[in-house]
Amino acid sequence: MELIIARWLHIFAGIVWIGLLYYFNFVQAVALPKAKADNTAAGITKHIAPQALLWFRWAALATWIIGAYYLERGGIGIGNAFMLKGTAAAIGIGAWLGTIMLFNVWVLIWPNQKKVLGIVQADDATKAKAARIAFLASRTNTMLSIPMLFFMVAGSAGHGLPHM
Amino acid sequence: MKTPLDSIAGTIISGLILTVILYFFVVNFLVKTVV
Repeated sequence: MELIIARWLHIFAGIVWIGLLYYFNFVQAVALPKAKADNTAAGITKHIAPQALLWFRWAALATWIIGAYYLERGGIGIGNAFMLKGTAAAIGIGAWLGTIMLFNVWVLIWPNQKKVLGIVQADDATKAKAARIAFLASRTNTMLSIPMLFFMVAGSAGHGLPHM
Repeated sequence: MKTPLDSIAGTIISGLILTVILYFFVVNFLVKTVV
């Protein structure tokens, strides 16, 4: 029962994380320039983006921690997964991708978004640079989420790959 | 400088290509060590 709950929590937190990642990339990044053009961007940058980022970054951390717990308690082993050993290889690729994505969230996206949104003071040139870094890190995570999801699913289902 | 990640289509295509590369890496270099 403990493992079922851990697995459910991992997937739930993962949906919150990746769902918001896709919101940022497929919706907000496209709509924001249009909103800026007709002076309606403040609602997004002052109210929606900070709230979305709050859930986004903590869901990312929760997903990783619960995933690591599940790997260890489920008998696969965090070490085996990250060393891509035997039947842990497929889920290990997913774990590596998820770890890189977590790094991007907390080290690249969030600190730079704080400058862009004015949570941390910065001049215009710094804000422009921060926006570009946050954008590319977010797009990198969107790209990585495609194989990450594939290997997370394949790790459970087999389909020609070594499964758990 | 523009990159494939500047467009949504480029991002998704890059992700799919990476998925295929990693799939063949796992199947050809990692699965054999299991059996």
